[in-house]
Amino acid sequence: MTADVLKYHFTVVGGDFTSAGKASVNVKKLLRQLGIAPDIIRRVAIAMYEGEINMVIHANGGTADLEIYPDSIVIILADSGPGIPDIDQAMQEGFSTAPDNIRSLGFGAGMGLPNMKRYTDEMKIDTEVGVGTTVTMTIRL
Amino acid sequence: MLIKTIVDLLDANVLCGKELLENEIHSACGSDMMSDVLAYVKEQAVLLTGLVNPQVIRTAMMMDMRCVVFVRGKNPSEDMIELAAENGLVLLSTAERLYVACGKLYAAGLAGDGEQS
Repeated sequence: MTADVLKYHFTVVGGDFTSAGKASVNVKKLLRQLGIAPDIIRRVAIAMYEGEINMVIHANGGTADLEIYPDSIVIILADSGPGIPDIDQAMQEGFSTAPDNIRSLGFGAGMGLPNMKRYTDEMKIDTEVGVGTTVTMTIRL
Repeated sequence: MLIKTIVDLLDANVLCGKELLENEIHSACGSDMMSDVLAYVKEQAVLLTGLVNPQVIRTAMMMDMRCVVFVRGKNPSEDMIELAAENGLVLLSTAERLYVACGKLYAAGLAGDGEQS
């Protein structure tokens, strides 16, 4: 099976809200070229886009890895940010720790993580306060 | 509803995508909060918003939207127009406020409830 996996790596630049989402745009184009179904592409793109925005807002950027298997697409978002002290709280729609200026940019409504969960089949959060967060999302094909 | 009908109903300026005005729209969403927009997938949708920044264009692209209407006479930057044009997105600008713009489209038969994924 390992011979059939395609891997792509992206860097998400921190502190640059204007360019946040560029990796997701690239992933979208890439999956289209690979002939992946449009509804799957949309779910991958939205989940990754929300994750990218989160990393820009909270963690001064990070990395995004995409792994495409014959039966699934896995997105791994890793940062060295502040970590999430209470995951259950962070998963609640409407809960946000984003600063006010982010809200004026159209984000920070506490929908990021819930949206990522909504659009993926599996989502795992590994986090340690002061160390960083890794979110692994799987979408089955 | 055709995009050109939206142009007529809202007396809107076409900022890019003049060649795409015959395309059809099946649902609509009005919000300044992009996270809320991203919460529901709708087919062939138009986004009405008073928010003007590049994330509006990216959000619309992620959602496979066809058209974005900027309300209250707001105009996006050249960079935003370029990004939209490259990705086949129609950008419109209207003097109407968000509530009124949404109301006019709804009254003309464009419902808000697209299919949820």
